[in-house]
Amino acid sequence: MNAAALLRRYCAASLRAQMQYPVNAMLLATGQFWATVVDIAAIWALFHRFGAVDGWRFGDVAMFFGLVSISFSIADFFTRGFDVLGTEFIKTGAFDRILLRPRTATLQLIGHDFRLSRAGRFLQGVAVTAIATSSLHFQWDAASLALATWTIAGGVALFFGLMVFQGALAFWTTESLEAMNLLTYGGVQAAQFPLSIYERWFRSFLIFVVPIGCVAYFPVLAILGKPDPLGAPDWLLPLTPLAGFAFLGVSFIAWRAGVSKYTSTGS
Amino acid sequence: MTHIVVEELAKSYRVAERDPGVFGALKGLVRRRTRTIEALQGVSFTLERGELLGFIGPNGAGKSTTIKILSGILEPDAGRVEVDGLVPHADRIKHVARIGVVFGQRTQLWWDLPVVDGFELLRDIYRVDRAAYARTRDELVAMLRLERLLDQPVRQLSLGQRMRAEIAAALLHEPRILFLDEPTIGLDAPSKLAVREFVKRLNRERGVTVLLTTHDMHDIEALAERVIVIGHGRVLADGTFNALRARIAAEQGPDDTDDQLPIEQVIARFYHLHGATEA
Amino acid sequence: MELARPYTAAFASRFLLMLQYRAAAFAGFLTQCWWGGIKVMVYAAFFRGATVTAPITLSQVITYTWLAQAFLALAPWGCDPDVALAVRNGSVGYDRLRPVDNYGLWYARAAGWMTSRAIPRAALMFLFAGVALPLAGLADWSWAPPPSVAQALLFAVSLPFVVTLSSAMVMLLNIAVVAILNDRGVNSLLSPLVIVFSGNLIPLTIFPDWMHVALFVQPFAGLVDIPFRIYTGNLTGGAAWAGIALQALWTIVIVALGRAWMARVMRRLAMQGG
Repeated sequence: MNAAALLRRYCAASLRAQMQYPVNAMLLATGQFWATVVDIAAIWALFHRFGAVDGWRFGDVAMFFGLVSISFSIADFFTRGFDVLGTEFIKTGAFDRILLRPRTATLQLIGHDFRLSRAGRFLQGVAVTAIATSSLHFQWDAASLALATWTIAGGVALFFGLMVFQGALAFWTTESLEAMNLLTYGGVQAAQFPLSIYERWFRSFLIFVVPIGCVAYFPVLAILGKPDPLGAPDWLLPLTPLAGFAFLGVSFIAWRAGVSKYTSTGS
Repeated sequence: MTHIVVEELAKSYRVAERDPGVFGALKGLVRRRTRTIEALQGVSFTLERGELLGFIGPNGAGKSTTIKILSGILEPDAGRVEVDGLVPHADRIKHVARIGVVFGQRTQLWWDLPVVDGFELLRDIYRVDRAAYARTRDELVAMLRLERLLDQPVRQLSLGQRMRAEIAAALLHEPRILFLDEPTIGLDAPSKLAVREFVKRLNRERGVTVLLTTHDMHDIEALAERVIVIGHGRVLADGTFNALRARIAAEQGPDDTDDQLPIEQVIARFYHLHGATEA
Repeated sequence: MELARPYTAAFASRFLLMLQYRAAAFAGFLTQCWWGGIKVMVYAAFFRGATVTAPITLSQVITYTWLAQAFLALAPWGCDPDVALAVRNGSVGYDRLRPVDNYGLWYARAAGWMTSRAIPRAALMFLFAGVALPLAGLADWSWAPPPSVAQALLFAVSLPFVVTLSSAMVMLLNIAVVAILNDRGVNSLLSPLVIVFSGNLIPLTIFPDWMHVALFVQPFAGLVDIPFRIYTGNLTGGAAWAGIALQALWTIVIVALGRAWMARVMRRLAMQGG
């Protein structure tokens, strides 16, 4: 059975296991939805009190935020295994069992737990994008939809890479790290505001180190048809999601180093 | 035909050390001390196809390390290891597709899934042909009497039932080698007997090579013609059980009572004679 | 004192456990710095272009943000991980066998757990935001001291109540988990509420004016908004004392609720065989 088919089976098995506790599944999805709505509450309250920030309106910010939420929720759906690698696999020795199966660890970890609750954030992302659309009176067309899909793909790659990185770190620290949450959840937070409001060094970090800006700010500017107040050329804007894929590549290098460490020093 | 070759296997670990109490913990935040444990110091043996080997030794002697190296999830520091012509850690995916491993008290099945669903997922993971799977599954279910357990989620099974399902799970892909790490630990008497019976049949009738580590000497008595004793990372004895018994009699001199000492005492005396105490 | 021994032991064992994870501790600290930094930059951007006066100043909001990060562990984010584990492997009943007050023991454990996580983090955060930032010439972005001795004293009174209130809430979570025999659902429902209503997200005064009274008197306000607005001088005099009184009052109410509920749940457990 090839990898894609196996993943479908893993997914079905995971969903079936969760549906054995329907109340719990509902609670989690609801909790997730509200947890992510909370972020928009802050933005809303700030815009309500201050009106605008640096020339950006609530609708602009909501558009950044909505698309990033969609990207993140998709990546999150597939990477639970990497997220809990430390506490559920390395500390318990269950990672040994993964190595005892004739499939790559990556495939098995992707298949580990497809949480229904991630739909909560996905729905929030869609809702916020809808709110942004209405607030900006934005008209979607084929070009902007294609660009949005491409942006989301880059975002998924980036967040996927961040989770893989977090997993890789667990080989050294054994605990699932809060630190990576700063980049994943923090990244979602940071990406919701236009980069121009941040200080220079932070902006550079969000473009060149963990390129969240490349899967939110720049491409969304292209979607909205706005020029970049920071001066990036218009033709570059739609290409920036590539950075997400590059980041994913780098994270897998770290991953292989981690697995190599595990097999040479044991648990 | 040689199935497993192990030559001068060596492996050491670094373990962090820290003083007890709150101050020790605070110090540990700033400075880390490590200690090197030499788990294996030159272990060598070979196994032919269809052999059933019992692997015993006190805790910390290096048994689990050897199993991990043989199964390919741990790299040795030195030495040569070959299983069925493959180097385990180097050809991991190919190698693990041919072996079955059972860890006592731990299950590889999915906790919330019915047993048979877990089997099917394993079938897909191991890429077992559907017809062959159906046949193997039915045989295993009959031999291990799992009929009534198949639809139950694993979390609802007793330890004995879980162990039987676990053994079946490890054999669904028809591996030629089976590693059993403490398979009877915590099981009640009937379950222990069932497991032993099954392993014996598997080995004698199907020719599956079996490597069994255990602390339960009755497992050894029932199953293993050949026994390797590991202590402090070295092979202390390698031969039949009776040879071991004779060796102890020879080493400690004649003793009035010891014609038919209980097996645990034999082993305990052997450990004692060779300073093979718990690490 | 012999009577307190089991409780102090519970507190201390949590503390020790936390000190072990030094890599995780440092990484968590970096998270806080990042998070705080983003928020501070965002606030600055909003205040920069502000054409209206807000009920809180930028420098107050900045110090508030650092404080909220520093003491993040003091908020009731989830049930005690021990309880979650005990529920998952069915050993909850054993607690009944110990000759101590269960509520008290778990409460002490919860307080120990959160305090042990908070103290090192707060110290590190102070070093970063209160010392390093000003030294680097970024005093405008830093954790400023309280504006007066009076405010500092009021803060010293308010902060312990954060622990008492939060532990009481964690106890409710613990009991809920034992009652429903499931931890994930319960934990995930409370967090968003805590984030918004404690003031962790943004100071409660930023929300529209018509919400202010309701936001002030609800129990979560005493976790972040009240103590840290006291510190920054945004909440003074009578209003500050009112806030502290609310913290104390909610603590008492929630502890009473918790004890009553726990007694019922434990009785039910005993009847069902644990």
